[in-house]
Amino acid sequence: MTEILDILLSANFWAASLRIATPLIFGVIGALICERAGVLNLGIEGIFTAGAMAGWMAVWLGAGLWGGVLVAAMAGAFFGLIHAILTVPLGLSQHVSGIGVTLFATSLSYFIYRTALPDVSSPPRIEAFQPLDIPVLSELPFIGPALFQQTPLTFLALILVALTAYVLYRTPLGLAIQAVGDNPAAVESQGLSVYALRIGTVVAGSAIMALGGAFLTMSAFDAFFFGMVNGRGWICIALTVFASWRPGKALIGALLFGAFDAFQVRLQTEVGSFVPGQVFLMMPYLLSIAALIVVARRADYPRALLVPYFRGQR
Amino acid sequence: MIRFEPRGPASLRRMLAVTIAAAVAALVLAAIPIAFAGLSVFDAYGLMVKGAFGSLFAFTEMLTRAAPLILTGLAAAVAFRARLWNIGAEGQLYAGALAAVAVGTGLISGPSLVLIPAVMIAGALAGGLVMLGPTLLKTRLGVDEVVTTLLLNFVILLFVQMMLEGPMKDPMGMGWPQSEPILDEAALPKLMDRMRIHWGLVVALAASLGVYFLLKRTVWGFEIRAVGENASAARHAGIPVTATFVRVGLLSGALAGLAGVGEVAGLKGYLTADLSPGFGYSGIVVAMLAGLSPVGVVLAALFIASIFVGADSMSRATGVSNYLADLIVAMALLCVLVSGLFLRFRIRLVGDHKSRETAE
Amino acid sequence: MADPAQDADVVLRLDGITKRFGALTANGEVSLDLKRGEILALLGENGAGKTTLMNILFGHYVADEGRVLVGTSGNGLADLEPGSPSAALAAGIGMVHQHFTLAENLSALDNILLGTERLAALSSSRAPARRKLEDLMARSGLTVSLDARISQLSVGEKQRVEILKALYRDARVLVLDEPTAVLTPQESDTLFATLKKLAADGLGLIFISHKLAEVLASSHRVAVLRGGRKVADLPTAECDRRRLAELMVGHAITDTARTPGTPGASLFVLSGISAGHGRDALHGVDLDLKSGEILGIAGVSGNGQTMLARVISGLETPSSGSITLGESTLTRASARKMIDSGLARIPEDRHHDGIIGAMSVSENLAIETIRKPENQRLGLLRFAAMRERAKDLIKAYDIRCQSADSPARLLSGGNIQKIVLARTLETEPMVVLAAQPSRGLDVGATSEVHRRLIAARDRGAGVILISEDLDELMRLSDRIAVIHRGHLSAAEPTETLDRGTLGLRMAGHNAEDAA
Repeated sequence: MTEILDILLSANFWAASLRIATPLIFGVIGALICERAGVLNLGIEGIFTAGAMAGWMAVWLGAGLWGGVLVAAMAGAFFGLIHAILTVPLGLSQHVSGIGVTLFATSLSYFIYRTALPDVSSPPRIEAFQPLDIPVLSELPFIGPALFQQTPLTFLALILVALTAYVLYRTPLGLAIQAVGDNPAAVESQGLSVYALRIGTVVAGSAIMALGGAFLTMSAFDAFFFGMVNGRGWICIALTVFASWRPGKALIGALLFGAFDAFQVRLQTEVGSFVPGQVFLMMPYLLSIAALIVVARRADYPRALLVPYFRGQR
Repeated sequence: MIRFEPRGPASLRRMLAVTIAAAVAALVLAAIPIAFAGLSVFDAYGLMVKGAFGSLFAFTEMLTRAAPLILTGLAAAVAFRARLWNIGAEGQLYAGALAAVAVGTGLISGPSLVLIPAVMIAGALAGGLVMLGPTLLKTRLGVDEVVTTLLLNFVILLFVQMMLEGPMKDPMGMGWPQSEPILDEAALPKLMDRMRIHWGLVVALAASLGVYFLLKRTVWGFEIRAVGENASAARHAGIPVTATFVRVGLLSGALAGLAGVGEVAGLKGYLTADLSPGFGYSGIVVAMLAGLSPVGVVLAALFIASIFVGADSMSRATGVSNYLADLIVAMALLCVLVSGLFLRFRIRLVGDHKSRETAE
Repeated sequence: MADPAQDADVVLRLDGITKRFGALTANGEVSLDLKRGEILALLGENGAGKTTLMNILFGHYVADEGRVLVGTSGNGLADLEPGSPSAALAAGIGMVHQHFTLAENLSALDNILLGTERLAALSSSRAPARRKLEDLMARSGLTVSLDARISQLSVGEKQRVEILKALYRDARVLVLDEPTAVLTPQESDTLFATLKKLAADGLGLIFISHKLAEVLASSHRVAVLRGGRKVADLPTAECDRRRLAELMVGHAITDTARTPGTPGASLFVLSGISAGHGRDALHGVDLDLKSGEILGIAGVSGNGQTMLARVISGLETPSSGSITLGESTLTRASARKMIDSGLARIPEDRHHDGIIGAMSVSENLAIETIRKPENQRLGLLRFAAMRERAKDLIKAYDIRCQSADSPARLLSGGNIQKIVLARTLETEPMVVLAAQPSRGLDVGATSEVHRRLIAARDRGAGVILISEDLDELMRLSDRIAVIHRGHLSAAEPTETLDRGTLGLRMAGHNAEDAA
């Protein structure tokens, strides 16, 4: 029991939680805005992979860390555009298109990486992001190490949450996005373009998703491994429902998840000899399924989610 | 601007033409990554064709690869017909393989006539039961089955790893995490001497015919189609929608489970954690290429299997990454998705500001 | 030749509008003028092309030929850019669509604000908008709670939001598509009073309708569309019911007089039925349907009709109360059980619940009886038998389709309804539930539906007719009950009722309150 308290009371634990949560924050925010506009983006797993590979590769080729971040975002936007065109003006199945984009983005990323860098025993590494030492704030007891010694991308994620909430609830663009996911006819009757709104939102959301992948190869680790995304994209889709498509709840959900993951890693060192490692590794996925079950009855899906809209539809 | 005009129902000929066009388009697009890898495009295609069809061995290898793809393709086709998005065929395959190994490595003993069906039933049951959970969550609670089936894939794979490193580990396996070998009586016999092709292919073909018959000629098939096309109208007409979804889920999972049985009891003889190179996911591409038709699934599986086997061979010969195969398969999925548009609409280019409109 | 002096008053001109959808000519060279302060009624039956014409006006569709001109302040008429709702809005055209174009997850204020600010703007200015709206609401008499979520508003309130949307954007032309379809008679009266006020303030108004009474009462001019062409354009003062009806349909029509039914014993009884929660819930509904009668249920949409239909259809289990059909109890019956017990259900939304668009006509005809011996043996479908029956039904009900194997979604609304009628009435059910059966159908198809329902009644079945169309209810029903907020009034013989009384009840008042 005291071990548990020890874990929970260490700043190190909370720092780890936030670190583990960061890619999820990017993913959930990206997925959330796509779904708010009415488009389910199952390409997220592939976009994570593409962001991870493209960002890392850009740095490897000399683009600098923020250059890599930009390239990752562009890769995400590219695959997002494919998904957007297939599902919005062409009105094809969002499920199949998403799975297709995931398969395409993943296999393309693996192919490019493997072709550019032949197989070696340990994958090549880059100089990853270092934790930012924010003056004054990082000296604060407990909160300092927990919150203010993170890498830049984590801070970017947090800023993005606030920015998304602001845009969604306080700007005309956000209003239009909220409306187009509920009733596209409402948007069209007010003279706005449903297609432009949805395509733009999906592209932007995909760019944000890709940053989650970039975090993995440029911050959490410093190399690209096959299979490193490992289902995080799908977990984000589950967390989006859990967050009721609200940025604030998305942050809380991602943090809770990160905390749980950080906790089970530490717990494993305590009881690792009795319980097989796989049990702990299963936890994130089972937890995501549990999260979906918990909110199932109340889930307030955007009304127009998954429904293609054709201009002039009356 | 592009204008779409709705077309009447598609003839079989048009469907075939459009699908073949999509497959060809994917192959043509493959030229880009091949060129990126620095290879002559025609050399690469030539090596791929040789790798899949160039010898009896190559051909049977291709057929061997097609067997599980037919089954996972059927699993996806059956489920997608009912709009039950089963993306968990990969996990259901492993569940089936695990069950086959649990039953077939000495749990019961007897002649082939008993053990082979036992192993197949165990695998099918395991796969079906794995799909039951997400199906019930969908019908009872409205939980999206795409995410639950996807997440379960990871869970099951970890479970298999756990079993293979623990209770089901082969004590004579020299430390590798693999299961004990299947008993000879439980193994699916080979179809040809000195080749790897086995009776799993026959099982797959029989399953394809069975599913075709089910969907086209039985009441259950009718109900599955009705529920998939318009679940609320089906419910209104008195069709038991939940029961139909459960049936579809069980069948879909069972088919994927059988794929696992075939790989373990027909091909490899024991279970390892890398049994499937993504058969479950490729099955989705197979189903879409087949237009969700059970008979079409066989053809599509042969196509996808050729790509995998051909690309493997080309990869060994040239050093080009065999992720090329996954890339081609992924592009095939996107191409066939777009090709569906050509079935439903006639595409015209018009000069002025018109868009897709439908009459009241 | 256009007279410039007259043009000064014209706020809108449609000039030779033609629109085709494949082989169908939805609008054929339609020309119309609308003046300032004028209320023009666009009359025609369902499918005559009224909504298409207005959709062209608003930019949802682009005409194949012809143009739209709008009055500019002081400079005569200018061409309106086709195919652009934003151009139409900028030119001062506002439209209240038949199916509300509102985002249910946002407030009334947000819906009105949507699209009125530059998308690139850094923040929304709600306060000035609120002030302008409060002013507008005071002047027009249309009040609504600006911060209420649309999902919580009544149908009448939603319509007010739609009108305010147009007024907020300084509309000079306001088009309303079938605005009274969802209102009580009293609410309709209030609406037209508001419209007259707006016209007096200088707005040009067009309202689309297929109801002769309101056209005669509330318009200055009537334009009649038939088969996509304008067949008349007259001052309302020169019209009467008969003339308009003939113009609408193209031939003299005789009003089908109601032959009274001969009600028998109690057949189908709902007792104390409560179901669901929220807006569409039912509270303690009592209903006693006799054999050989048509029992009409009047009410504005959103007062529980949908839930009532779902409960009777077996799609929803009541939380309390009982349902009996003759001797059997059907309270917790599924749809299957209801069908097997002799209950025929004609659903409100025939595309969503009535047919499976991708399946063939023949399959749709068999769908409710697919498990019966006539359609299957040992689980195997009997295709030949199914096709034979389909042929017979297509003939008997005059279902117009290319073949029995055509997908059902290719059929017109009237023919789709015939599929539903054919499969439900063929079995000679004892109880027929018809929910909004003639919605969206033209006069011909509507009278066909009515004929079948009356035939069922004359055969001895009991028919429950749920409808928003008071004329239809009064014409067909032997008794009428009113549903309001989930409560069903006692059914009374139609002879003792009139529109006014029904209207009050639909709004929740008792007859005494009218005095």
